[in-house]
Amino acid sequence: MIEIDARQRLGKTELKIDLKVETKGILALFGPSGAGKTSILNWLAGLNRPDDGIIRVDGQTMFDRRAGIDIAPERRRLGYVFQEPRLFPHLGVRGNLLYGRRLTHRRYGTQESDIGFDWIVELLGIGGLLERRIATLSGGEKQRVAIGRALLANPRLLLMDEPLAAVDVQRKSEILPFIEKLHAELSVPIVYVSHDPDEILRLADQVALIADGKLAAYGDVESVLGRLDLPNLTDNAEAGAVIGVTVLAQDDGSGLSLLGFSGAAGQGTACGGVIRVGRLPHAVGQHLNLRILANNVALARQPVNGMSILNQLPGRVSQIVASDGPFVDVQVDIGSPIWARITRKSLQELNLSVGDNVIALVKSAAADPKPLR
Amino acid sequence: MELGEVELTATLLSLKVAFWSTLVTLPIAIFLAWLLSRKQFPGKMLLDCVVHLPLVLPPVVVGYGLLLLFGSKGILGSLLQQYLGITIIFTWKGAALASAVMALPLFVRAIRVSFDAADQRLEAAARCLGAARWWVFLSVTLPLAMPGIIAGTILGFARSLSEFGATITFVSNIPGETQTLPLAIESLIQMPDGEAGAMRLTIISIIIAFGALILAHRVNLWLMRRGQDMR
Repeated sequence: MIEIDARQRLGKTELKIDLKVETKGILALFGPSGAGKTSILNWLAGLNRPDDGIIRVDGQTMFDRRAGIDIAPERRRLGYVFQEPRLFPHLGVRGNLLYGRRLTHRRYGTQESDIGFDWIVELLGIGGLLERRIATLSGGEKQRVAIGRALLANPRLLLMDEPLAAVDVQRKSEILPFIEKLHAELSVPIVYVSHDPDEILRLADQVALIADGKLAAYGDVESVLGRLDLPNLTDNAEAGAVIGVTVLAQDDGSGLSLLGFSGAAGQGTACGGVIRVGRLPHAVGQHLNLRILANNVALARQPVNGMSILNQLPGRVSQIVASDGPFVDVQVDIGSPIWARITRKSLQELNLSVGDNVIALVKSAAADPKPLR
Repeated sequence: MELGEVELTATLLSLKVAFWSTLVTLPIAIFLAWLLSRKQFPGKMLLDCVVHLPLVLPPVVVGYGLLLLFGSKGILGSLLQQYLGITIIFTWKGAALASAVMALPLFVRAIRVSFDAADQRLEAAARCLGAARWWVFLSVTLPLAMPGIIAGTILGFARSLSEFGATITFVSNIPGETQTLPLAIESLIQMPDGEAGAMRLTIISIIIAFGALILAHRVNLWLMRRGQDMR
């Protein structure tokens, strides 16, 4: 459990956060650059002191201004992976990996629950690098060593500050799969800072949206990334919805992937269905979060024949929200809610109102497996 | 080249004085450099000035100042004499002290630059890995600053060997006790038949200086090879 109720003046803005979350899986701190995400990590790590408030991790008070408590960073047992790898240039790969581990063992002794050295080295694919000097590593390798170094100190919580931000596009693919593996195989909870919705989609279990120094939204990935006001709250993210899907089949002939989604029980509307999208690089049976942007969804009253769009998903209108200028956003429940951005004129011509049955038309290209930016 | 008794004594004494001067100055210089590089405190500007004074003052003035402080009637001199039984004035220890004071600014400058350059983000990373402040200093900051520390040491050692003005003012020119190479050369030049001896000591000085420079060069090469890791 992470409990933060603190504030700090940072230049012109004030960062004021009140957040209580279970430490389980990956919690993403999401929001535009300069919103205060990194400052929150530094609060947790003890590298940055709030002006006032309290910070607790798993019941232990890390900071309490009024009680005069401020645990030193080295006694908090939190791992920190920074934007830049920050490896020690004079130590070599093995020396870096063991730096924190030795200190932890000296202070707390070795424990059975300790993360195994060989296991982490294998998980991160850095076995061949152990005797190398830091200067000889690529950007992706450095960041993986930095992740290993933090984990091998046996932290109770791992803080990651946009670990992909400082590496170029190709290198991201050298790191992201490893973070996904950590998530799947490791019990250490992670707080992951990012401004990239694609990263959040792939990694996060819970999302805290930080905008203008405030907690703007908190919840699971679907509810936060599905918010219509997302573009206003973030720099770059377009409005859209997130639905959880399972890879049902890979159709080699057409180069498409078939994704199944199930509807929430008891909603009375269509319960689940299939979406065909451009081929995804995932194995059959794998669960994914699929983000469907409102701009890529059209609506029709009846099933349409003779049309290029493959996905025709029956659902029911659950909400209509006026959007900028000539557009409105229509939420359609197809088992889980998705958003369609249509013109005000179309809304009138279709004569849509809440509760009506409609067909949501989703372009296959909408979920193009584009590489992470 | 035959070395006379006086010349050999002066050479050995010079090395001894420079060695002790460097050894004593090193930790003080590291501390001062760290203080000036990393800490903000009232009087920082003043401390900075005081450390640099020997660089800009005439050496005679520094020597006279030491004489006033450490002489038998000086505050520090009488305290040392009374409680520790140590006499500084007119001994080789005084010569080492004079060298140390004169070399300190060079030492501090060289080391401070590398503390300035040592990446403090690495220190934050070390603390998050469980290292207390003192261990961060020993295991991260000092190794990162090592090029400056080694450069400063060589520079300081060379400066100690060449120290003349402050030494002769503070501890006089006593053969076998305070007569280092530069002082011995000066004495020999004053003597009617001392020129040969002065020449021999000059050659020795040049050899020692060359040795120090070659050492500095080698260390530099080694650091540059290692320095590729620093980036």
